[in-house]
Amino acid sequence: MTAACPACAPLPESAARAAAAPTPARADLVLHLPDIHCAACIASVERTLAAEPGVSAARVNLSLRRVFVTAAGPEPEALTTTLIAALAAAGHRAQRLDGAAERDAPGRDLLMRIGVAGFAMMNVMLLSVAVWSGAEATTARLFHLISAAIALPAVAFSGRPFFSSALGALRARRLNMDVPISLAILLAAGASFFGALVGAERAGWFDAALALTFFLLIGRYLDHAGRRAARSAAADLAALEAPQALRVGADGREEIVAARALSAGDLIRLRPGDRLPADGVVEEGVSELDRSALTGETRPEPVAPGGAVAAGEVTLTGQLLVRVARAGRDTALARLAELVATAETQRSRYSGLADRAAAIYAPLVHILGAAAFVAWFWATADGMRALDVAISVLVITCPCALGLAVPAVSTVTTARLFRRGLLVKSRTALERLAEVDLVVFDKTGTLTTGAARLTGEPAPEALARAAGLARGSAHPYSRAIVAAAEARGIAPAPVEEITEIPGSGVEGRLGGQRLRLGRPAWLGLEGDGVALAGEGAEGAPVLFAFEETLRPEAVEAVAALRAAGHDIALLSGDAPASVARIAGALGIETAEAALSPEDKAAWLEARAAEGLRTLMVGDGLNDTGALAVAHASLAPASALDAARSAADVVLLSGRLDAIAPMLSAARGAVARMRQNIGLALAYNMVAIPLALAGQATPLLAALAMSSSSLTVSLNAVRR
Amino acid sequence: MNVLVLLIPISVGLGLAGLAAFVWSLRARQYDDPEGARARILDDRWDDEPRP
Repeated sequence: MTAACPACAPLPESAARAAAAPTPARADLVLHLPDIHCAACIASVERTLAAEPGVSAARVNLSLRRVFVTAAGPEPEALTTTLIAALAAAGHRAQRLDGAAERDAPGRDLLMRIGVAGFAMMNVMLLSVAVWSGAEATTARLFHLISAAIALPAVAFSGRPFFSSALGALRARRLNMDVPISLAILLAAGASFFGALVGAERAGWFDAALALTFFLLIGRYLDHAGRRAARSAAADLAALEAPQALRVGADGREEIVAARALSAGDLIRLRPGDRLPADGVVEEGVSELDRSALTGETRPEPVAPGGAVAAGEVTLTGQLLVRVARAGRDTALARLAELVATAETQRSRYSGLADRAAAIYAPLVHILGAAAFVAWFWATADGMRALDVAISVLVITCPCALGLAVPAVSTVTTARLFRRGLLVKSRTALERLAEVDLVVFDKTGTLTTGAARLTGEPAPEALARAAGLARGSAHPYSRAIVAAAEARGIAPAPVEEITEIPGSGVEGRLGGQRLRLGRPAWLGLEGDGVALAGEGAEGAPVLFAFEETLRPEAVEAVAALRAAGHDIALLSGDAPASVARIAGALGIETAEAALSPEDKAAWLEARAAEGLRTLMVGDGLNDTGALAVAHASLAPASALDAARSAADVVLLSGRLDAIAPMLSAARGAVARMRQNIGLALAYNMVAIPLALAGQATPLLAALAMSSSSLTVSLNAVRR
Repeated sequence: MNVLVLLIPISVGLGLAGLAAFVWSLRARQYDDPEGARARILDDRWDDEPRP
């Protein structure tokens, strides 16, 4: 579909065809290979997979970084794990890609139609040249008939995307850009056919009808290809973290299942570092939970048997056995997703530049055409002549360049942003990004890295001991202690017999002394952070404090946005003190702390009510509502799947300093779209009076159409 | 002008041949993986015997 008729469903008829058509190369299994890049990788992957029993064929697609595997056996599903393991042994990362067996059927369908329209257009134009340069009566008539024989089937085949979209719009009692397009194509082809049958001397409109179809199909294909690239990259990201769960059966056996297969009452085991796939209650084990994705809170919270856990949380230190209470649609996570769904229906009502142009253009063209017919019929009482003029008005005003003007610019800009690591997923995202005046950041994981950093300067000896204890632990505070010791060049003390006590801390022995590093409460102390305590005189407890690390480029990125004239705000679910500290470091004045996900969305809606256009930048589940409510939204690639799917733009590089150039690129693109629409209208300004005066010949129509389409496309690609 | 009887079928036929070649290349998935096609020419697996 072109941007000219965004209200319709994307190519419904081709989707149906794709389902019905037999797939020549059957692919039972699709794996995503994020790291392959060369001929040697292709050969190695294909050789590895072909050597596996149960694989009858494997074909790598380097453009998509995927491998399509045809299984020999009846159960391809069972192969997945073995194949991924075999590829890992050969040195390739691979992930299962769900439902990606579909290849680009709509794209190939459009290409086929473009090919047919192009072939027919060239042949008919060659025949028309003879007629325009004055062929004799019989020859001209013969050429008309041959043109008709080529043009009519070609129009019937190539024009189908427009016809079906126009029919759909008319059934819904709406007008879209495809209605005047279809009318012009059909009238031009029909009247020329009638002319050819009765042997009219006047040249036909076949080439105009075909050129119209050809150029508009190119615009439609550009639009499709641009968004397909972004969609397939987004699917790859989702495959990187397909949620799985380790289910413990009634007989104690454990099996890996997809998270969506869980149901209430199941028992699941979670190892340190696992993300919870469902809501539930802890049956066994103690640990600490990282809830930052749900709440924005950076401090881990301890959890013990009987404690409630929610999907999206990460267990940090201990193994947990969790009884599932709610899974799938009912989880807290899915309820957040509902918030997103309602907001997205509001956003889809945003009408882009092309829509607004079409809304004015489509009725105007029809009125002009009808008026031309009536006026000429009244003046000359010659029905054929009046119809001819009306057709020439419809063909010449037909938004050939207008259909290309917006998709060409958005495709070029989207491709440029893609190379800079920005995935633009939504069709109208560029136009909405160009209007942004307030940029709203989430704190945890967006402005900060999510990793903790040790503050203050603890005594080297204490740091060495703490680092010695912390070496074996995956807790963020432990990692921060080890990193701080490394940064100061302090070797960790040789602590032995390290045991991690989940939910509390780490215990070990140094020489004859027992050492403990953990939550202050566990060591009988007051305070935040982590404490180190030993036995005896040397064992006076030492308290370590932590803060979040700001992303290195955050200060610069915020300054660049402010220099570009945007206001900045910070919304966080975290405690006021840490929010105020980050806001101070970045010089952000509007900072709100301790917000729930609903509060964030409400805050943004309040700004929207004030007439501000907001860009929400966030990565957590607690941001999804806000991402969906905001005028435009952006999520880093490290964000959770729900946040990424709610966002218009995914930042693959994760670098915040890409935001300011992106906004200026979006503004540039919209300026270019307006220019293009202006150019297309300028051609019409010249051509419409000629057409109304009955002076427009098919030659003029062909010239105007091709040159305006070319101008608009060239204007889109120029830097 | 009688030569047209020959020339027109020939020119349209040549055009149709081009279209048929395009349709075949599209059906044979020649445009599915442009980057892979660029890389595969460096692949030496099928240098000695053709791919079975």
